[in-house]
Amino acid sequence: MTDRKLAAIPETTDSAEFLAGAREGRLLIRRCTACHKPHWYPRPVCPFCFGNTEWEAASGEGVIYSFSIQRKPAAYAMAYVTLAEGPTMMTNIVGCDFDALRIGQKVKVAFSEAEGGGMVPTFTPLP
Amino acid sequence: MSIKGQAYIVGAWEHPTRKAPDKSVAELHAECARGALQDAGLGKHDVDGYFCAGDAPGMGPLNMVDYMNLRVRHVDSTDIGGSSYIALVAHATQAIMAGKCNVALITLAGRPRSEGQHTGTAVRVVNPAVPDSVWEASFTPNTANLYAMCAMRHMHEYGTTSEQLAWIKVAASHHAQYNPHAMLRDVVTVEDVVNSPMVADPLHRLDCCVISDGGGALIVTRPDIARGLKRPLVRVMGAGEAVKGQMGGDVDLTYSAAKWSGPAAFAEAGVTPADIKYASIYDSFTITVLMQLEDLGFCPKGRGGAFVSDGNLISGVGKLPFNTDGGGLCNNHPANRGGITKVIEAVRQLRGEAHPKVQVPNCDVALAHGTGGLLGSRHGGATLIMERE
Ligand SMILES: [Zn+2]
Repeated sequence: MTDRKLAAIPETTDSAEFLAGAREGRLLIRRCTACHKPHWYPRPVCPFCFGNTEWEAASGEGVIYSFSIQRKPAAYAMAYVTLAEGPTMMTNIVGCDFDALRIGQKVKVAFSEAEGGGMVPTFTPLP
Repeated sequence: MSIKGQAYIVGAWEHPTRKAPDKSVAELHAECARGALQDAGLGKHDVDGYFCAGDAPGMGPLNMVDYMNLRVRHVDSTDIGGSSYIALVAHATQAIMAGKCNVALITLAGRPRSEGQHTGTAVRVVNPAVPDSVWEASFTPNTANLYAMCAMRHMHEYGTTSEQLAWIKVAASHHAQYNPHAMLRDVVTVEDVVNSPMVADPLHRLDCCVISDGGGALIVTRPDIARGLKRPLVRVMGAGEAVKGQMGGDVDLTYSAAKWSGPAAFAEAGVTPADIKYASIYDSFTITVLMQLEDLGFCPKGRGGAFVSDGNLISGVGKLPFNTDGGGLCNNHPANRGGITKVIEAVRQLRGEAHPKVQVPNCDVALAHGTGGLLGSRHGGATLIMERE
């Protein structure tokens, strides 16, 4: 299964540190310093309590919450993955037989190199 | 303070075109405005409030009020996607109650078909200024697969099947056969739907709505003005609106914003789902209908598949006639925004002016509900309950 090249995540004030972590193979998420809950997508202001948040490294493991195989023009697997830490994030599932995917399947982060460089947090099924 | 009975929908007009390569979007808006005013028996100079959403060119009210040369004292361009126009009926009622306008004009128009927009599978480019786009656009979510992920999760949690979803298209097609303007007038079967090509698992081509040019307009006015006109009286009873997103990562694709907007509308109207004789339910995809029916309380959560099966949504056959114009699935989805056509068909039903083959007998209470934006990431929901006086 050849996976397509994805567009890069643009470097913004919100994404720069995440992208640096991704280059080192670390999946960073943000957690609130007030209510201590992690969230996705990353925001400096907590979406649960408006507290301040900070980066931490996630385990990179999760389960498929839902997915859909886009058939044309180039097949890919759109998905939501629920991270072990709690938040559910939008992603693609790569490096697998799409027809074997199922909800609840365990996956781990597999950074894919984006067009023009940079890493995008995709996921791949655990054996 | 409730909006119940505080305004009436006196004009409702759907543009007959489904492909308009020779008309501008602004022209379609103006033709719809003219049509709705003629339907109401009002004139251009009676309009003193203008309501539109993201399909209106430029800055919406600025460009369209000038294009139509209206003299208005109230404008509103709330944009919650295709559900906007349902919410705008409620906003118009609020403005009328507050004395901000007497005759509210709401318009929608667009020509995605002529402009060749492959809306459902179009790639959304990264926009660094939109906070979620930074984190999502790389994965190329599109309209079809964002709705498909809701269907996949619904199937997983509740055992919903593709055949059950197909019944929604089947019902729409039964209605569309009587609509001479509908894009798809052939009656289809469950087998036709599940055997059509897969677009984004588990949604097939026939689970998707049409892409059409066109538009529509509504006129909402004060009770005393409505009573002086020659049209059947259709009054606003209750409304609700809500926005649902990913909730900070607590993603739950099994329900829609209708779970919040629906109860608000029913409470304000003082009716229950059992009182609804006809329902216009947003049908961008079959799954959209199924989830909204559950969330609005027409059946328990998870039972939507059984509820829509065996023709239960077909007028004259089932318990809840829906989208008797053929809906977005078969008739029309102008500007890729189906909210206004949902209200228009509900008004036709309440007036007794739907096609005789699909007219609901003694249709006194109707509901219109819309889902705007993307069900699988972030969307608006708007519910409107109307009554024939
Ligand atoms: Zn917090």
